[in-house]
Amino acid sequence: MPEQPSSHRTEGAEGAVSPRGSGAMRHGPGRVLVAVYAVLGLSATVRGSYQVLFHFSEAPLAYLLSLFAGLVYVVATAALVRATPRAWQVALVAVLVELVGVLTVGTLTILDTADFPDGTVWGEFGRDYGWVPLLLPLLGLAWLRRTRPQ
Amino acid sequence: MTPVLAWACGVLAVVVAALAGIATVRGHRLDDRLLIAVAVLEAAMLLQAVIGFVALAVTDRSVDGVVFGSYLVTTVLVPVVGAFWALGEKSRWGTGVLLVAALTSAILVVRLEQVWSTGA
Repeated sequence: MPEQPSSHRTEGAEGAVSPRGSGAMRHGPGRVLVAVYAVLGLSATVRGSYQVLFHFSEAPLAYLLSLFAGLVYVVATAALVRATPRAWQVALVAVLVELVGVLTVGTLTILDTADFPDGTVWGEFGRDYGWVPLLLPLLGLAWLRRTRPQ
Repeated sequence: MTPVLAWACGVLAVVVAALAGIATVRGHRLDDRLLIAVAVLEAAMLLQAVIGFVALAVTDRSVDGVVFGSYLVTTVLVPVVGAFWALGEKSRWGTGVLLVAALTSAILVVRLEQVWSTGA
């Protein structure tokens, strides 16, 4: 059977993908969102792992938070790529954790610098990362709203 | 490490980012011209990685090898992974992915140069 050039790659036997159907999360603007999530996931996880492994005692809280934030980004990236209804829920939780995390840690790092002698991903609302960590959960929520499974 | 090569990589990354950004705004899909630009960037990054690892091996200065090495590996991976992720999207957002990858490459090159010159 000739392949239909217009059809998206599909998951198993679910057939063609509608704009809001399975797989929609990783197409269109979601493609770029996944790319940004992957970049943050990689950089924060690698940086956090390195800091926890080699410099843990210098700023334990900041480094553990970096690693945690990185893992949350990795979970969000994977969920957006999987793009199943279940993955949509996982992505929603991950994005909400990010939002709460960046707001909480951002506020704490400004009020109390003693516990954070070194930078962390969510520190000062993500300043080290060009404030992308503050912007990203908002874009993520908007995108998840558009791709909510029926 | 030669600052000249790092500069060249950085400028190339910014050029690819600009081309990809223009394509995204105009709604153009990923085309051969853009892929060739990414390939040129990747070639420069590979050259930089080889020179970088050699420089790390022979230097007398104290440079954090783990950090520097991770940056070198990442600079080589980002354009390739970005191009593959972009190829799966037949719309303007494919070039949008390339924009993200190229900007990330530019930032990585700046950080790489910082790690090399300051040691951390």
